[in-house]
Amino acid sequence: MSVLLQQLANGVIQGALIALIALGYTMVYGIIQLINFAHGEVFMVASYGGLATFTLLPDDLKKSPAVALPLMFVGGIAVAVLVAVIMERFAYRPLRNAPRLAPLITALGVSVFLQEAVRVFYPNAKSNLPYPKVFPEGNLTIGSVNISWTGILLVVLSVGLAVILQTYINRSRMGRAMRATAQDPDTAKLMGVNPDRVIVLTFIIGAVLAGVAGIMFGGYLNNINIDMGFQNGIFAFTAAVLGGVGSIRGAVIGAFIIGLIKTVAGQYMPGGTQYDYVWIFVVLILVLVFRPQGLFGEPERVRA
Amino acid sequence: MRKHSVKSAAIVGASLLVLAACGSNKTEGGGTTGGSCDTSKGTLTVGVVAPLSGNLSALGVGIKQSAELAVDEANKKCTVPGFKLTVSAQDDEANPAKGAQAATKLSTDPNVVGVVGTLNSSVAQTVQPILRDKKIPQVSPANTNPSLTRGNDFLTAPKRQFDNYFRVCTTDDLQGPYAANYLVEKAGKKKIAIITDGKTYGDGLAAELSKQVAKKGGTIVGTEKVGEKDTDFSGVIAKIKALAPEAVYYGGEYPVAGPLSKQMKDAGLDVPVMGGDGIFDGKYIELGGKEGDLATSVGAPTESLATAKAFVDAYKAKFGKEDYAAYGAFSYDAANAIIGGLAKTVEGGTWDESKRDAMLTNVGAYSGSGATGAVKFDQYGDSTNKVLTVYSVTSGKWKDVQTGEFTG
Repeated sequence: MSVLLQQLANGVIQGALIALIALGYTMVYGIIQLINFAHGEVFMVASYGGLATFTLLPDDLKKSPAVALPLMFVGGIAVAVLVAVIMERFAYRPLRNAPRLAPLITALGVSVFLQEAVRVFYPNAKSNLPYPKVFPEGNLTIGSVNISWTGILLVVLSVGLAVILQTYINRSRMGRAMRATAQDPDTAKLMGVNPDRVIVLTFIIGAVLAGVAGIMFGGYLNNINIDMGFQNGIFAFTAAVLGGVGSIRGAVIGAFIIGLIKTVAGQYMPGGTQYDYVWIFVVLILVLVFRPQGLFGEPERVRA
Repeated sequence: MRKHSVKSAAIVGASLLVLAACGSNKTEGGGTTGGSCDTSKGTLTVGVVAPLSGNLSALGVGIKQSAELAVDEANKKCTVPGFKLTVSAQDDEANPAKGAQAATKLSTDPNVVGVVGTLNSSVAQTVQPILRDKKIPQVSPANTNPSLTRGNDFLTAPKRQFDNYFRVCTTDDLQGPYAANYLVEKAGKKKIAIITDGKTYGDGLAAELSKQVAKKGGTIVGTEKVGEKDTDFSGVIAKIKALAPEAVYYGGEYPVAGPLSKQMKDAGLDVPVMGGDGIFDGKYIELGGKEGDLATSVGAPTESLATAKAFVDAYKAKFGKEDYAAYGAFSYDAANAIIGGLAKTVEGGTWDESKRDAMLTNVGAYSGSGATGAVKFDQYGDSTNKVLTVYSVTSGKWKDVQTGEFTG
């Protein structure tokens, strides 16, 4: 029983991380119907951005986590936003009216480009890099279940930011503009919405969330490497599809489902941890067979 | 424009000449015979196949540079009269497919006389047959999987697999049991959990360990696998923790083992992690390896061997740092086995394709005193040097705690 509880806790933490990234996939898809495969790399550069910020800090600031940690968030998120904005402006905007396959392939290209750029230009990025110890140390122990404080912070941030995002999109003026653009970009334009601004904002929000995820990933696992974006990006993309791509709530719930399947299936299904990925994709296939639009997605509209 | 580039070429050429002159002056001043060797018969190449980029690059670069050191010294000492030797290092990224490409590239070069490599047993499996078809000797500094030399039934019916393949390190059918003996008898850990990365090296090593643990009265409480690119091991750890092991044995390499050890401790499973030569690197500790973690590695500790001192000093003089890593001394010996075999094959004559058979025989018959002790190969191509060492993480560094041979 205690093992099950521990695995559930682990699954929730993994889910929280995936959710932060999945939101970026689902929002961009909702607005411009693009699967931005480079989004996982935005998460990865944020992690390296945070690490670079820490490295550049003077020695006395490095020793005080209360100062260093927020600065790392600022640095990491700044790098992520910068990369996302440049990516949108120069890689995706020129292809806005091209056939859908063109920006998709471009996204894959941007992904490889970012990964190799970090590998070549970031010092020692050829191998895993240890992450600075500025995060809350220690564990919360309930019975026999151990949850690290960093893990708890990750879950709180993830759920909190998802709720704020949902509220922002439902309540604010800009949020309404985003929903309008998602429904019908041409009519939205006629109503005075500037689609370029809406799309850039979407990329920025996605990058901020991925930035938070990137820093927390480093803190939770103590190590970063250039493959992290690809691997977690695949999980996040799967979460977005599972929840119904385009749906905020769906992406978050899909992410938690994936986190839980991974840990619980590794514990109880035949084959153990070696086959935990298999069960994630088995569930994905089953859901897509019976609900092709995902758990919370709307059936695809025929667009004019 | 043209005039200009001719002029600058002339300047560059002139300065190169000046530099070259300085260079030879220096070596003559040093009292060596450097630069005065006869190299009229051309250049021959020693290939290196190792991971020069990626997670295992610390080990791979150590292998490459140590081979370069051996070749440099041979050039200075005119070991192969009439020829200049060079190193051609190919990156295999620890990936069997990339290793095959690297081996193919080297095997199409008629001047490649032998190959030092690979680091990974899984990469060796694809490199071996490619080099065999061209009769190019391959001497590995680091492959420890026993099936590479003696086949899948290496204990009951050993059979030579590749007549071009040799290695200077010992094998996992000794390393695994040696670790098991230490873990059960010396450290007193009876309940052991195993985690592997599912690759040739990790799986093989863990399998050999578990057999010996059972023989010595210990139990394997569980076996789990993790992906080579996984980063979050909380699921595996929770599963293992419920089995209450006294130690965890990891079959694989340090990029996974380091974070795994740290995450285990964070999850409240504070027991030592032990691994093989794949985790024996400073990077393991940097990535989260904790005090009291254990590793076995092949050979005696490089720093403590009398025969290794000359190697360490020469390496430091050439590269300025002591980053020869776990396999540097082995790579140096491997390169010297190839060079020694070549010297005997050429013997003042010339080099051509017809010499390849003799080259294989001569490398196999090579016997010398190297940085890791006596270097000699048995009838399977395995090293006759079977020394192993147990290391433990002590105040943030690997420290040797026991050196010896597996005796049963």
